[in-house]
Amino acid sequence: MRCEDLATDLSAAADGSQLLTGKERRHVERCLRCQAELVQYRKLLRAMRQMRTEVLEPAPGLLADILANLEAAGERRAIRSMITGHKAAYLGGLAAATAAGAAGAIVFASRARKLRTAS
Amino acid sequence: MPQDVAELVAAAQDGDRAAFDELVRVTYADTYTLALRLMGNEEDARDVVQDAYLRAFRGLRRFRGDARFSTWMYRITANCAATHHGKRTKHRHEPLDEADRLPDERPKVDPQAMSDASELRTRLTAALSELPLKLRQVVVLRDVYDLPHEAIAAELGISETAAKVRLHRARKKLREDLFPRRSEEAADAV
Repeated sequence: MRCEDLATDLSAAADGSQLLTGKERRHVERCLRCQAELVQYRKLLRAMRQMRTEVLEPAPGLLADILANLEAAGERRAIRSMITGHKAAYLGGLAAATAAGAAGAIVFASRARKLRTAS
Repeated sequence: MPQDVAELVAAAQDGDRAAFDELVRVTYADTYTLALRLMGNEEDARDVVQDAYLRAFRGLRRFRGDARFSTWMYRITANCAATHHGKRTKHRHEPLDEADRLPDERPKVDPQAMSDASELRTRLTAALSELPLKLRQVVVLRDVYDLPHEAIAAELGISETAAKVRLHRARKKLREDLFPRRSEEAADAV
């Protein structure tokens, strides 16, 4: 087994997501280079995990910008829903007027038919 | 006004705008830190954070609380970073000359804290900033923020296999940068 064949597995073994096979383990036990790499990966991962607790200071004004953006988005949403509401009311009115017109025409036509039959 | 993040989320989901603003106040520094680590520069990080909170605002009703709010924000931020990176590579600008670089206007880091920071950590930050963006995004999300491969792949729009390959490449590059082999050091010195 060559050290290069182990490269991917060493990085996965360092974070515990993968176990080395028996053959790989035996190689590492005898190989100083692979042992050193494994230790280096572990150090690297430890340092990466420690970064998790570190919070970088945001530039001044960022919070105000985010809140202003949200405000604008909220207003746009409100306007859109108002327009949608108006559209619905307009279409509803139009539908009601059409229905009333159609009903009137039917009543008018039936009366005219009755008058013709009576005469 | 509720103070706990879970309570703030619940109130914001019920339409309480002030609660959402408070959520932003409580979490924005953390979100910015991730965005800065993913993008590698302040200007892009600001854009990503703004976009992330807009998306969170629009999609808050879909947040079911299975994960922590911070994890949900990390996923949105990662997704925004990937989108932003896509746009940036589409409209690539000429890099600024060294002399034209904008000054860093962030407040100065506490010198005591700086001296306390381990050498490895300082070198790691530098090595991370040198990584190609595609590799940096994966290694930061996995090894710093502990997101699973599946989530990383979904948010970056890549396959899980690609995410794993990128992670391995990133770790290898970081290890080589942080722990250069003696023979390479000797060769560099010649």
